[in-house]
Amino acid sequence: MAAVWVFAETTDGKPRPIALELLTKARSLGETSAIALGPGAAQSAEALGQYGAGVVYAHEDPAFSEVLAQPAVDLLASLVQKHKPALLLFGMTYDGRDIASRLSARLGAPLIANATDIGPHAGGSWAVVSPLFGGSTLVTTVPKGDGPAIVLVRPKAFTPEPLTGSAARLQRLTDPVDRSRPSARVVRRETEQAQGPRLEDAAIIVSGGRGLGGPEHFKLVDDLAAQLGAAVGASRAVVDAGWKPYAFQVGQTGKTVKPSVYIAIGISGAMQHTVGMKGARTIIAINKDPEAPIFKLVDLGVVGDVHKVVPQLTEELRRRKA
Amino acid sequence: MNVVVCVKQIPDPNAPGKLDDATRRLTRDGVDVVLDPGDEHAVEAALVVAEQHGGEVTVVSMGPPRAVDAIRKALSMGAARGVHVQDPALQNSDALSTARVLAAAVKAQPFDLIVTGQESTDGYSGAVPGQMAELLGLPLLSFAKKLTVEGGKVLIHRQTDEGYDVVEAPLPAVVTVTGGINEPRYPSLRGIMQSKNKEVKQLALKDLGLDGQAGGSAATQEVVALEAAQARKAGRVIEDKGEAAKEIADFLAGLKVI
Repeated sequence: MAAVWVFAETTDGKPRPIALELLTKARSLGETSAIALGPGAAQSAEALGQYGAGVVYAHEDPAFSEVLAQPAVDLLASLVQKHKPALLLFGMTYDGRDIASRLSARLGAPLIANATDIGPHAGGSWAVVSPLFGGSTLVTTVPKGDGPAIVLVRPKAFTPEPLTGSAARLQRLTDPVDRSRPSARVVRRETEQAQGPRLEDAAIIVSGGRGLGGPEHFKLVDDLAAQLGAAVGASRAVVDAGWKPYAFQVGQTGKTVKPSVYIAIGISGAMQHTVGMKGARTIIAINKDPEAPIFKLVDLGVVGDVHKVVPQLTEELRRRKA
Repeated sequence: MNVVVCVKQIPDPNAPGKLDDATRRLTRDGVDVVLDPGDEHAVEAALVVAEQHGGEVTVVSMGPPRAVDAIRKALSMGAARGVHVQDPALQNSDALSTARVLAAAVKAQPFDLIVTGQESTDGYSGAVPGQMAELLGLPLLSFAKKLTVEGGKVLIHRQTDEGYDVVEAPLPAVVTVTGGINEPRYPSLRGIMQSKNKEVKQLALKDLGLDGQAGGSAATQEVVALEAAQARKAGRVIEDKGEAAKEIADFLAGLKVI
């Protein structure tokens, strides 16, 4: 069986959802190990084991959370040389992308990004599927060479499922960390959490786009979301224009979401946006332009004025709840 | 303070993308091409740093002959000079090849800071900046939504899921910027006129000492299949005649979410 490694991102000793998503896929591809780095990493071994990691390599040096990418790349490069895994999976996250890309340059290894599926390919290689053009086209890419292949997987590509009776062997690492090199260091963390549920976890998302006309009208989206107990999202156009912070952005350069219901308000449906939300189970859109590409994706579309329909909808929902 | 900004010319993201069936690559034939909108933010950020601290901005790009138009756009915004790496052997380059080429081209320029977009809008792997930073042995400060340079250090606000991290590194360093960092300036008429006389140096693979180490022959991966994704089943589109809000509410009730 091929050795498949998962870079398991953790927070305060708990695996992030992406780590469990990756492990669920990894265990169908080969013998799975996880690498968890930073303070509290070893505590995550139990949970990682439940999702299929046979071995958890944990290194708890604070440098792994304080210094961007470089310490993780040093350690991974040396572990890869020692154990020769065939495949390394990373989440397409801020840290995952930095570490995977540096590691690929360090090792001269193939890197395939934006994966939404991975399977075995002839000759012991891997077939990696990634969406292009807002998800309208699927590209299958095969890494070449004998070395390990590095794959960056989009969040929410796989649904985490625990395995019964599965446990990991914890291996604590103590390799020295190089602190002599010029590096990018985190000096402070700031939280700008939105009210209500997180975009990544929300069952319902209400997103607003340029069609709202101006930042003062975003309240229509906020009010509808509050009425539905939904998370608020935004298109890139709106974030670039400064109406909403970047943390609200859904799409290629923002977050990938998979809610039960996605309500797009004044969003035209540019590819940049749709790649992040077309996995929603049900899509509803309100837009004044009947030609807007978003209407090709919807379960229910309304051609109309968002300034009329949205407040009416919020009011209607309030009335039905009362 | 000399700043290098790396840019890419891409098919107009507002036009539907096309792939060449034979090469299984993005085709640029018969489609309008533009400076990647994400890179406009990088050019703006580079210009602001150079204006605040004195110094010049050099634009580096790899691409076919007409990619020079993307460099000219950056020059018309205010960059001082361009470097254009083009070589027939660079067709079908993967991210690692691109990073090798850009790293070699950047190394030949005077620089204290390198700025790029966080990813290209067409390929969107976002791998090149990290690979380039690794090849140059420099810190990477990624996903910057704010950038300041002070006392030989660069400081950014790095986007996170929860908010942002304040991240600091000594210069020289590589910074990638998000679309939220600034509002790119429009080239002035004067800027456009001046850009025509600015130097754009042309380089080939052999000039960079990278013969055989980049381009299609050095590719680490191969595209084996392309297919149309399963389309979502067509839904119902109605025109609002005053009853649409009720229809949506009924629809949500049918889904049992209200």
